[in-house]
Amino acid sequence: MELVCPAGNLPSLKAAVDNGADAIYFGLRNDTNARHFPGLNFNEKRAAEGITYARDRGKRVFMAINTYPRPEGWQRWQAAVDTAADLSVDALICADIGILEYAHRRWPDLPLHLSVQASGTNYEALQFYYDNFGIRRAVLPRVLSLSQVSHVIENTPVEIEVFGFGSLCVMVEGRCILSSYVTGQSPNTYGACSPAEFVEYKETPSGLESRLGGLLTDRYELGEQAGYPTICKGRFAVGDETFYAIEEPTSLNTLALLPQLHQAGIKAIKIEGRQRTPAYVGMVAKVWREAIDASLSDPDNFSPKAEWNRALNQVSEGATTTLGPYYRPWQ
Amino acid sequence: MKQIPKLTLGPVLYYWSRDDIYEFYRQAAEMPVDTIYLGETVCSKRRSLRTGEWIDLARELSRNTGKEIVLSTLSLLEAESELKTMRRICENGEFLVEANDMAAVQLLSRQKVPFTTGPTVNIYNVETLKVLIRQGLKRWVLPVELSKTTLKQIVNDLPDGIETEIFAYGRMPLTLSARCFTARSHNLPKDDCQYKCLDYPDGRLMSTQEKQPFLALNGIQTVSAQTCNLMGEIDELQLSGVDYLRISPQFRHTEKIADAFARSLRGETIPDVEPLAPLGFCNGYWHGESGLSQIPPDQR
Repeated sequence: MELVCPAGNLPSLKAAVDNGADAIYFGLRNDTNARHFPGLNFNEKRAAEGITYARDRGKRVFMAINTYPRPEGWQRWQAAVDTAADLSVDALICADIGILEYAHRRWPDLPLHLSVQASGTNYEALQFYYDNFGIRRAVLPRVLSLSQVSHVIENTPVEIEVFGFGSLCVMVEGRCILSSYVTGQSPNTYGACSPAEFVEYKETPSGLESRLGGLLTDRYELGEQAGYPTICKGRFAVGDETFYAIEEPTSLNTLALLPQLHQAGIKAIKIEGRQRTPAYVGMVAKVWREAIDASLSDPDNFSPKAEWNRALNQVSEGATTTLGPYYRPWQ
Repeated sequence: MKQIPKLTLGPVLYYWSRDDIYEFYRQAAEMPVDTIYLGETVCSKRRSLRTGEWIDLARELSRNTGKEIVLSTLSLLEAESELKTMRRICENGEFLVEANDMAAVQLLSRQKVPFTTGPTVNIYNVETLKVLIRQGLKRWVLPVELSKTTLKQIVNDLPDGIETEIFAYGRMPLTLSARCFTARSHNLPKDDCQYKCLDYPDGRLMSTQEKQPFLALNGIQTVSAQTCNLMGEIDELQLSGVDYLRISPQFRHTEKIADAFARSLRGETIPDVEPLAPLGFCNGYWHGESGLSQIPPDQR
């Protein structure tokens, strides 16, 4: 079971490698990837340095082109695929059918992974990408229970990677446009959900308010920790109640499920967070390395150490974690 | 070149009772639409009509109205039982099928039958269309977040024989989840949802703490609180290479909306239809802005 860690810059990549990642994924400094944030990501030179650093230490590097080009941006996405081939990354993670087609035809030896943003939730959908583009691996959206994940694995020829830890996307990835509904920019079109330039915090007589694109996402009482105004994690009114109508600010953490995930045949665990610091990446990689090794060496007696969960909670949204959709009652 | 688009009636996105569904399609038979999409696209627990009954209804409508009938498939597939239902629809042998997930695209292309795609299949560029046309795609719906500028760029390069449809009227499908938000709003888990969606035939309103209407919860789907309405863009639509305009059903007044669209396409002046929508209108996506905004005529 491979540990796949995020890198938003070279120090993060090194932190991941040094702390036990088996593979690292990154994106370029533009809207071809879904963490298109200011000051983040790699140019070609930095990417080459990172790849050398990882390869020298026996690790693999994947590049993500996981947004959807519109005609006006097509050449930029195509160029990104060519860059990945030039860098000879170990795999290219893609979502768009047109881009998968281009990568497959132009660079037949470049291994392709299906991004979570492609929304492939079932084995029939994965078969489409396998038959047409020969994808080797697919990252499953965070919508399936553990038994559903197992069922996909039993019926697909492609390797399956799932999310283990990080910010929890509650919606089926690649088919959520709440962000553009409010701001005009979505992960699919722009590479960012709830982009920072639309975020606003303001002290008011009724408390601290957070807004996205002018829309009130939450109001905080004195002493309450204010979260990032991702739309799906705000407090809204439904009927007579005001509450986290979609999801609380929380992160996904599946440490406790490691033996079952391995048993199910999961080939890789993905850590979310290319937008986080090198310290975050290093710490999370270290915890997960220890946990994966422990679960593989003695799966029957595995239980997550309290110190692991403590460390992970500290860097989680709202300082709490959930098993998310893997745990049926969450749904 | 000016081209008058045809009207279609999209699948009912909400959970309506059996009687309400049959009554709605009795009315739909009389509506000035050329195509009717039928079937459950949101939640497999909604069984007002069984799959066989949807197909029977398709036969009846096809026979009695001469309209094109298309069977729509589920958008988010998680369980084997859902794949089974989808297979049955894809293998119906009589009617064109609208794929709302790549699973249906896969099955239909394997059978080598022509198919259409709905708004939840991500087609953002011509290269994607070309791949899908090779698989049998004959009509596609522009994803709702894309603008007229993107549409024009795609249509300019469009291969022959493919038809373009846009989501022209209705609360817009914005997202899907494993979690049921309607059940959650009643403090119920999805597995014991008590079919609460039946109480909200246009979705359950979710507002900001400032009482700004924002979204409508429709089970595992979330739709816009405002209704997308492109009736004001008819002149431009006729020049944009669009073949079909989709009207997404709402619980009341869909027949009046369809009439208004038909009259508008004939160049007639029509009265304000905004009071017929559950809440106000929006058209921002079409103009390249945030989806919830309403761009007034003088700023378009």
